[in-house]
Amino acid sequence: MVKVEQLTKRFGAVTAVDGIDFTVEKGEIVGFLGPNGAGKSTTMRMLAGYLPQTSGRASVAGFDVFSQSLKAREHIGYLPENVPLYLDMRVAEFLRYRAGLKGVPQRRLTERVGDVLEMCGLDEVGKKIIGRLSKGFRQRVGLADAMIHEPDLLILDEPTIGLDPNQIRLVRDLIRNLRRHHTILLSTHILPEVEMLCSRVIIINKGRIEALDTPQNLRARLGQAGHILFDAIVADPRAAATELRQLEGVQAVSHRRDGDWTVFTIEAVPDRDPREALFQHAVEKKWRVREISRPPVTLERVFAEVTGGEENF
Amino acid sequence: MRRFFILFGREVSSAFHQPLAYVVMCFFLVVTGFNFHAGISLLNHSPGTTTMVEAFFNTVYFWIPLVLVFPLITMRVFAEESKMGTLETLMTAPVRDFQVVLAKYAGCLFFYAILWAPSLLYFTAFETVTGVDAAGAAGSYVGAYAMLLLMGSLFTAIGCLASALTDNQIVAAVVCFSAILCLFFIGLLAFFIPSTGTALREATYYFSPIEHMMDFSRGIFDTRPVVFYLSSTFVVLFATFHIFQYRRWKA
Repeated sequence: MVKVEQLTKRFGAVTAVDGIDFTVEKGEIVGFLGPNGAGKSTTMRMLAGYLPQTSGRASVAGFDVFSQSLKAREHIGYLPENVPLYLDMRVAEFLRYRAGLKGVPQRRLTERVGDVLEMCGLDEVGKKIIGRLSKGFRQRVGLADAMIHEPDLLILDEPTIGLDPNQIRLVRDLIRNLRRHHTILLSTHILPEVEMLCSRVIIINKGRIEALDTPQNLRARLGQAGHILFDAIVADPRAAATELRQLEGVQAVSHRRDGDWTVFTIEAVPDRDPREALFQHAVEKKWRVREISRPPVTLERVFAEVTGGEENF
Repeated sequence: MRRFFILFGREVSSAFHQPLAYVVMCFFLVVTGFNFHAGISLLNHSPGTTTMVEAFFNTVYFWIPLVLVFPLITMRVFAEESKMGTLETLMTAPVRDFQVVLAKYAGCLFFYAILWAPSLLYFTAFETVTGVDAAGAAGSYVGAYAMLLLMGSLFTAIGCLASALTDNQIVAAVVCFSAILCLFFIGLLAFFIPSTGTALREATYYFSPIEHMMDFSRGIFDTRPVVFYLSSTFVVLFATFHIFQYRRWKA
């Protein structure tokens, strides 16, 4: 559905997107993940046919987005990040205008507008002026606009940004329902969103693709070398750490004090789980233990790892 | 073609969705109404050879609103969409750049034509009430309104160009106003060149809307202004199209 080869975009001396390659198959939901300014929006704008690329190629549904731009655009529904809408128009009127512009035949206009109004939960605001709608409704009007001509590919740039948690849930449900009929490429910097929605993730940073895999695989990649938390009361933490390091399956041990307790962070050997050995050791030593756990690896950590950024962004 | 009409319809309706349109129409009606009144007074006070149509289209009360109205009509067209970001959704729909430019231009020109429509009623009323012909011949009407449209087509194009240059409507309005004013000043130069028949004096005629209107409202049809307005409209629109595209490439 989407094929991107060595796509590059430079703005003067700044390289926003630097020779990226990826493909998206029909029916996939692919998440574009990256910090602000990573090149997500620029890539999407190039795919949507708004910005011409500096070099490289991209095609959508077999049409080159630059040389066969018009054909390609007919297959794309694009929702830009700031959801630009004509604030002076009424919702249904706007959608009708957009549908006509995107080539929906005259006789199907009313039907299509009715369909998307219903799908996006906009029935009761169809006659309202867009400028008077809340952010959440505007976002849904933008989505309705993106899908009104039944495009094969939906490009959604940060579709949940600036919404309250309820609205975010609604938009996510909507996107999830769309996967049956559309291929979706969405960008976000909210990680749980990617885990919830996407079948594949592209992590992009400073214009380059840092990782491209399923959320599960990405997590597994780090999960193998995941760490274990072990809280116990020990007489001599330093000696205890040395003992723990001797255990099978343990690679490295670090520790810190938490009142009477010592919290050990244990790096396990890949593919090994030393938790049982830890427990045995604690029993032998008669240590008082309050926790032995292996926190699940989140995409957040994956992300921090590959972009070299802080975990708590 | 269908897409052009959809875009055109949107342009026209968006013009009427904003209060500015009604302010402009009111202002225009008041000033042209006053101009009409002034024309009648002129005919009342002194015997002369001017007709009502000539008196109407050749006064300062005619030119002032005419020059002022183009920046107001056109400043919005590109600048607003560019600022609001709607240009992005517009240009990612399967429409061609030239369709967008032409539709916006045609929308503005249409609004301008609507502004002038009530003036036809003035002359009808004049003839009904006074029983005197407002124009010496039908050609006078045709000439005057043709010249309105010709000037309108060029000035609207200039306004669209100014609007395509910037995100800021005020800047667009000022650029448009200044450009039209410059054209007027070239025409006015004729009054400062005392000797008739010099090449410079002749040359100013080609650019002088005032002299063009004087001729056309008498029913004198000259191809030179027609060619001037049509060709320069084309050139300015062509430039608008390229600036519009360039700004996208740069964006």
